[in-house]
Amino acid sequence: MTRSQLLPRLVMAMLLLFTAIPFLTLLSASLQPLGVSPRGLKWPSNPRWSNFVEGYQVADMTPLLMSSTLIVIGVVPISLLIASLAGYGLASLRIPGARWMLLVFIAGLTIPFESLITPLYFQMKSLGVLNTRWAVILALIGLFMPFGVFWMRSHFVSIPNEISEAARIDGAGPWQAFWRVHLPLARPALTSLAILLFLWTWNQFILALVLIDDPSLRTVAGALGAFQSQYGTNVVLLASVSVLIMAPTIIVFVLFRKQFSKALLEGAVKG
Amino acid sequence: MRDSRTSTGRQVRNQYMRYSGWLFVLPALAMYATFVLWPLIVSVNYSFYDWNGISESEWVGFRNYKRILTDETQLAPIFNSLKLIVFFTVVPVFVGLLSAAILHNLRSRFLGAYRTTLFLPQVIPLVASGIVWGWIYSPTGILNQTLSWVGLDSWTRPWLADFDLAFPAVGVVGAWVLTGFCTLLLSAGISKIDPNLYDAAKVDGAGRFQEFRAVTLPGLRREIGVCVIVTMIGALASFDIVFITTQGGPGRETLVPGIQIFRAAFVERRVGAASAMAVILMLLIWILILPIQRYFQRDATR
Repeated sequence: MTRSQLLPRLVMAMLLLFTAIPFLTLLSASLQPLGVSPRGLKWPSNPRWSNFVEGYQVADMTPLLMSSTLIVIGVVPISLLIASLAGYGLASLRIPGARWMLLVFIAGLTIPFESLITPLYFQMKSLGVLNTRWAVILALIGLFMPFGVFWMRSHFVSIPNEISEAARIDGAGPWQAFWRVHLPLARPALTSLAILLFLWTWNQFILALVLIDDPSLRTVAGALGAFQSQYGTNVVLLASVSVLIMAPTIIVFVLFRKQFSKALLEGAVKG
Repeated sequence: MRDSRTSTGRQVRNQYMRYSGWLFVLPALAMYATFVLWPLIVSVNYSFYDWNGISESEWVGFRNYKRILTDETQLAPIFNSLKLIVFFTVVPVFVGLLSAAILHNLRSRFLGAYRTTLFLPQVIPLVASGIVWGWIYSPTGILNQTLSWVGLDSWTRPWLADFDLAFPAVGVVGAWVLTGFCTLLLSAGISKIDPNLYDAAKVDGAGRFQEFRAVTLPGLRREIGVCVIVTMIGALASFDIVFITTQGGPGRETLVPGIQIFRAAFVERRVGAASAMAVILMLLIWILILPIQRYFQRDATR
């Protein structure tokens, strides 16, 4: 190893340790015998993998995973569709007032969820969907529009005009051009957006906490909050449930690592 | 449009086509207007009333705002969220810049695994991060364990219940979540800087520090701007981490506007006060973010 590579390696190792130790200490706690009060980071002599089964049952995870999945299914496809439509409209159709409209959407990127949560609660109540998954689904679709529209518009802006021209010469109206030509071409942008929206929906906490009373109808992240207040003193059980709840996001992340990193970094730069 | 419009008929048809484009925007706009813009207006409206969410509301003008802005205990969460910027923004951006610059020339077989690990805190739910760190700070957690191990027994304590140290303890959680993200974002930015610039700096005899100042920093302007803006919004609008680790305690030491809004609206049933805080939080974010955004966007094309 050359000397010039020593410092970078040291920095990398330190950052890695700082990032990884919390995960390791959580995992070690989740494998201790149930009911004991575990110590920081100590690999158990006899790791209790069965804790995860126990945690899964105590937290009643099956309906929770189902519930999160239903919310994702309710939010992501519709958001992708209407964000693409709007992004295409604002980018390619030369709509009067498009610039102004885009600014209205972008302004939404800075609005914190907390600032909307109180009126949303009463709005959902009067719509009769409070304490149902619809409350979270509807609110999230609306809240994702600023980013979704912005993201899809910047994709469609980058598509050369010639493609639209060619479609028009072939007699396609804007509607057919969108479905037949532009949407298929937008697949990479749509995939990235889908991954981000999945993540933000799955991990959503405050909306689920406020809009749904029954933890079993919430997102898993929202239910984890309830579980913590119920079993907060049982460190081992709480740790094993936390590992279970993190697992799906980590698995999706590892499976789609390339698109994921790209989406998160580009999403940030564009946003 | 390049094509020359010769006939008025075509012009009319074009006009019609252009307006029909609004149909594409309509569904997204409808959802956005219904579940973001409308609640925003309602929030402003609520903030002028005294209302418990059930019985008749009473118009109180600016009293809710006055109470927040003149009462020190009400202002504390706002100052806390500003102080969180140190942990959520300053630390991640500085550490991120430093490590991205240092890692720039690193060649390692483990870069892939390294990137994956740095991303993990960004991927898991913030709620889970809160639980992990709650465990780290707990009396039997790894922090106290390490302190005892190196002979600093007197320093051990239940960190999140400590009036002086709960706040920085919560801040560190934010730094943990965001430092890896900033490092990766800035690393990606550095790899896009023209390598000729680095060669030129070397030819000019620039040292590492000068190279950093003259090439890396200006080249990363856009990415730094993004890091600052994203993390600052994260600090000002923090909720999940604080809710899970301390709920704003001990006392009001770690209270932030998000928690304050939640408590006022859904625990104390003071909808007007909650809404006034919500409006103040939003204005605060706009006042802080807009100039920063302007600053970093100016000649971002360079």
